[in-house]
Amino acid sequence: MKTLSVLLILSSLFWLVSACDALLPGTPADDQLLDGPIGDLTPEQNAQFLRGDVAFNNEVFTAATGLGPTFVATSCGSCHAGDGKGHPFTTLTRFGQIDETGNTFMQMGGPQLQNRAIGGHTPEMIPAGATSSKFTPPANTGLGLLGALSDDQILANADPNDQDGDGISGVPNWIDAPVYFRPQGFHKPQTTVSQSTRYIGRFGKKAAAVDLLHQTVNAYKQDMGITSDFDPVDPINYAVSGQAGDGVPDPEVPGSRINDVVFYLRTLRVPVQRNAGDANVIAGKQLFVQIGCAKCHTPEWTTPQSDVAVLSKKTFAPYTDLLLHDMGKGLDDGYTEGTAKTAEWRTPPLWGLGLSKNSQGGQEYLLHDGRARSVDDAIRLHGGEAAKTIERYGQLGADDRSKLLQFLNSL
Amino acid sequence: MKTILRLIVGLLAWSVSWAQTDTTKTNPGALDQLFGRDTTLQTANDVQLKLNMDATYDRPFLSVGKSPVSVGGYLEANTQYMQTDGVTEGLSFQMRRMTIFLASTINRRIKFLTELEFEDGTKEINIEFAALDIELNPMLNLRGGIIMNPIGSFNQNHDGPKWEFIDRPLSSTTIIPSTWSNVGFGIYGKVYRRNWVWAYEGYVTNGFDDRIIVNGENRTWLPATKANEDRFEESFNGVPMVTLKTALKRRRVGEIGISWMGGVFNKFQDDGLVLDKRRHVDVLAIDFNSVLPTKTVINGEWCWASVDVPTTFSQQFGRMQQGGWLDVVHPIVRRRVFGWNTAVLSLALRVERVDYNVGKFTETNDPIFDELWSVVPGISFRPSPTTVIRANYRYLWHTDLLGNPPARTAGFQFGFSTYF
Repeated sequence: MKTLSVLLILSSLFWLVSACDALLPGTPADDQLLDGPIGDLTPEQNAQFLRGDVAFNNEVFTAATGLGPTFVATSCGSCHAGDGKGHPFTTLTRFGQIDETGNTFMQMGGPQLQNRAIGGHTPEMIPAGATSSKFTPPANTGLGLLGALSDDQILANADPNDQDGDGISGVPNWIDAPVYFRPQGFHKPQTTVSQSTRYIGRFGKKAAAVDLLHQTVNAYKQDMGITSDFDPVDPINYAVSGQAGDGVPDPEVPGSRINDVVFYLRTLRVPVQRNAGDANVIAGKQLFVQIGCAKCHTPEWTTPQSDVAVLSKKTFAPYTDLLLHDMGKGLDDGYTEGTAKTAEWRTPPLWGLGLSKNSQGGQEYLLHDGRARSVDDAIRLHGGEAAKTIERYGQLGADDRSKLLQFLNSL
Repeated sequence: MKTILRLIVGLLAWSVSWAQTDTTKTNPGALDQLFGRDTTLQTANDVQLKLNMDATYDRPFLSVGKSPVSVGGYLEANTQYMQTDGVTEGLSFQMRRMTIFLASTINRRIKFLTELEFEDGTKEINIEFAALDIELNPMLNLRGGIIMNPIGSFNQNHDGPKWEFIDRPLSSTTIIPSTWSNVGFGIYGKVYRRNWVWAYEGYVTNGFDDRIIVNGENRTWLPATKANEDRFEESFNGVPMVTLKTALKRRRVGEIGISWMGGVFNKFQDDGLVLDKRRHVDVLAIDFNSVLPTKTVINGEWCWASVDVPTTFSQQFGRMQQGGWLDVVHPIVRRRVFGWNTAVLSLALRVERVDYNVGKFTETNDPIFDELWSVVPGISFRPSPTTVIRANYRYLWHTDLLGNPPARTAGFQFGFSTYF
């Protein structure tokens, strides 16, 4: 009887141990994830990635730690769930610039509306007379590879005067770089008549950030009201608060924290395509090229040498040319940044498009402000330089259109 | 006003006349019976007349000689292996709590009890309870000091050895911030009639502060107030928080309690200057427990919290929260085991849910999520009613604010808890 009991206990323990794997939730499939590091990082790089991950996803700012006084969100992760696209709830508003001469509402809180405030402060309102546009947060994935491309590679696709006559004329957005910007060898400056030096912007809906440091410093300040060594001045609601800051000594985070977040963003993985071998997906990709989508949504790039080894000499498929294109009146909100015109938008990368629902609450909010509720909707809302391509899309049969959409959802 | 006063006096007089002698005074010689009531389903009359509110004094104490002071305490420790979506922190050993009780009968119907708790080693050291009780009548007792607010059932009845689960219930620790105790005073009482027991409690205490909406959790988080070290020294805003509870028990049927706790949480004025309007936090809870004829114990609690979050805040901070849990514990073996006469082996199951943000997004009119579901099956062995060795398996789904696919956490826990 005792032997039987011992056997029963031992077999139960064996069953329990062997069942552990089944009882513990496993890692989601590789092609379902947007977060995690790209390739093989060194132990030192892994440590910095983790520090950046914690700062990006776990660090929540409060009034005591420098939030605001006016702000949009309390943490980076609030707007980029799982490093994916944002939701209308986290959409931000920019205002005050209508042409390349600059933002005339900077002294009234431009360029970004901080629609929330800590206690004792009042959220901003869009000043009278200012035009505005809503921006839904983009996905963060693969940004390091886009940042590693050279300006020459980007300019090679530009066709400002449409010399090839295809109706598509990509142009770079030339940006006055912030003082802390340190150009690398692949950055190509443009000296203007006024002798200021501009660089090609490549991040943001209007490509208004020249690199990920620029993007990150801006996001800390404009989204969360967090000052850093790079930009030590709080956003202020000039309409009511005078010069009242949040009372927390500046800078509120050290430069090293910003650098960790930048490294995290640089080394975030690339979305993995799903069903790449599916016949419909393959056919859909051919249609994508055939009807002209790939003229702006450039399928493939290869990075030059980079200071981060895993970003060097990598071929990747973001489906963007990082250039500005006129998208027509329908998408012209009357607001712009840098040298972009109000109807011009940077071609957004399409990688990760099929995973949008996983970060947007099971729904899709596409285009710059989330107005498109499906991929098909987003395509049909293209205008301007994309008009002919959209016409061809409309002429596709239901079967072909389905294949094209299957391809886009596989990205 | 006079009418209300008459009503209160009348109610008290009626209650006192209705009250009978409390037959449930702790009998140190019957500890097994006393502490078995929550888990081993003792059916003695005194046990059947106990309520959750009695938990504070329902503990084993040791008196030495004729010393008026008795001593007790409990300890709980465990190991756990948890994994979230394929990522694990590995195996951890945790010394969750060691609590020391000191009680003293100062005089007839005047008693003192304190509970000093060390959590996670010495990471948190708290006086969870330190109050003087003066009994004027079973229906009218005075209590003052650091008291445990009688909200829900778990807050007052939280001792580790009483539970078959290693983790405390989520809603009782993250909406109701158990153990939630404050400085204040109040009254309580209990009356008996045949198979019925009715009790009430009412206290005014210090309360919450604005950390409940200004915190690192990125959500409305009532436990954040516990980080305020000054809260036992002064009220954050000078407005007392009120906690009221009433409970009714029918012998051989069960107990049901309803409780409310409310007050102002923000500093609405300072130095005589108005800073904001008075912002209220209210928590309502319903708790119940019963023992089925099969000896199965059913125990549960559900609570709602309403917080007046400023409109300038993000909707990330919930204006309404709700959550609860249901425990089912069924003894499968009750007999002498390894020489322990009252050993009990039980199967247990807890189902719990917490919604930290009840509402809809202004931008889309879609529901706001930020919610948890958890299922915890377990098995426990009690060599004696005051000691439990327990093994739990937890599976938890956490859906973020937007309703994206939930993060899944699961793992195994093994540990013990015992009174000493």
